Formats: sequence, structure tokens, C-alpha cells
Amino acid sequence: MNGSKILKLFDANIGDAVRITHLDINGVMRRRLLDLGFVPGAIVKVLRKSPLGDPIAFRVSQTTIALRKEESTKIEGELVSYE
Amino acid sequence: MNDNLRIALAGNPNTGKSTLFNLLTGLKQHTGNWAGKTVDLMAGTFTFKGISYEMIDLPGTYSLFSNSKDEEVARDYIVFEKPDITLVVLDATALERNLNLALQVMEITEKVVICINLIDESEKMGISINEKILMKRLGVPVIKISARNKIGIPMLLDTIDRLIKGNIPCNPYKMTYDEETEMKIEQLIPFVQNITGEQLSARWLSLRLIDGDKSLLKEIEQRLAKKDAI
Repeated sequence: MNGSKILKLFDANIGDAVRITHLDINGVMRRRLLDLGFVPGAIVKVLRKSPLGDPIAFRVSQTTIALRKEESTKIEGELVSYE
Repeated sequence: MNDNLRIALAGNPNTGKSTLFNLLTGLKQHTGNWAGKTVDLMAGTFTFKGISYEMIDLPGTYSLFSNSKDEEVARDYIVFEKPDITLVVLDATALERNLNLALQVMEITEKVVICINLIDESEKMGISINEKILMKRLGVPVIKISARNKIGIPMLLDTIDRLIKGNIPCNPYKMTYDEETEMKIEQLIPFVQNITGEQLSARWLSLRLIDGDKSLLKEIEQRLAKKDAI
């Protein structure tokens, strides 16, 4: 298993668990994402993708949250596990 | 004016605020398993040890930084209506995210009780919570409950009673920011106090100014204008 692979949330596959390392977003949207649990260190799981691949549903802190491509391409993390 | 003591219920969506509200007030406000169920303020009353309380069920929010109408409703109530106690209801199974809101409330008001709900759920998941350590670190009472199965409710009521009577201290933990931010807060506080006096937390308002929170400024402007008109 490759534990140190860095990827964008948008590029993760269904079933992947990603530990967030960095959010390249500022202002109100950053605040919103942090409030929802997308904080550095948090583990996010990719649940499902829309037919066209956008938006993507993530499991974060016991809640399902869907993010648009605009946000999920700007959140980086390391792959912790995959299915 | 009524002389009921007011308790505001704050918390993330779907943490059981309305279940606790119904349990204490005996009302049958609709509870449901979806986000955004409580959009308006709901109020009910109950009596404990001869004291009448009015309980206000705020909309569930992840934050009080006004990204949406319900966050504004919740924030405005805590900031401007100043409940005697703000009861922050946390989901024991997702404490990390839930504590975010607790810290935000603690920045606004001193009189906070933290209520960790769904404690039976979290125990099933193998999560054990040491509320004594949390209490020490946060500086406010922390009570574990299950609103659905009526666990911990007498303890919660007793804590509210003792807090109202001044028998337990409440010294909420205050977040310290980086040096630059703290310096700016220091500079702003006297100006803020000049305008709003003692009615609002000058430190918190200064922070919101630094953050550029325009919706809050607008709200304050309106409320100050109303007061001047009277």
C-alpha cells in the first residue's frame, strides 16, 4: 500500500480514504469547508460520484457532503487506504 | 416582558436539539433526520426547582459565521438577544467538528453549557468520552446525555440550576490567535467599546471586523439605529 501518495480529492476513486493535508481555498468558502469538517488531518472517504463525475459525495466526520469540482480540485491529501 | 430565564439551544444539524427541546418542554415539535429542519426559532417553557425557563430551539448550524440565513438567525439570537444560558448540543459521534461550533459560541458568550448528546450511540461505536477533561480544558460544564433515551437529563437540569444560581463558575476557554491578530484585536477593542459599550463582547466584535464580516456590521447598524430611534 502506498501511504504517502499525494492527490487531490477530485482525483480520488470511490472507496479511497484520504487524509487532508492542504486546502488551497481562501475566504468564506475556506471557512465553510473547515466548518463542515474538511480540516487538515481529517480523513475523508469518497462515497460516490455523479454520472458526469461532478459533484462527488464525501464522508467527513460522520456526515455525507457533496463538493463541486471547483472545491475538490483545491483540496489535497494523502491516500490512506483504498478499496 | 416575561421574567423567564432564557436558554438557547445551539448545535450542528441533526444532533438532537429538537429531541432535547421536546423532552424538556413537553412540546411536540417535529423532529426529523434531515438538515435544515429547524429554520425559525421555536420557543417552549419548563419549570425546574421553582424556576421558569424559556427554551429557544435555534436552527442547526456548523458555524456562526453567516454563510446562510440559519447561521445568521442562530448567531443573531446569541449575540443580540443574549440568552441567560446557551446550551450547545454536540454529537458524541462527531465531536471534532461539533467542538468547532462550541468554541465559536464560547467566544461570544460566557454562560455556556455543553451537552454531549447521542452518548449511547457513540458508546456503541466504541467511543468513550472523558467529560471531566473536556470540562477542565473548556472551562464550562460538560454533560453527557442521550435525549432520546433520557439519559443524563437530571444532571443537565441540575447543572443549569446551579449555573443560574452562581454555584458553578463558567470561564470559557478563549482562543488565542497569532501575534499579529492579537495585536490588531488590542488596537480595535477601545474603538469597538466606544460604539457598542458593554452590551457586546468587544473582543469578539473586533475579530469579526478583522475577518470583514459585513452581514454582522449591517445587523449591528440596524439594531443601533432602532435603539436610537427609541
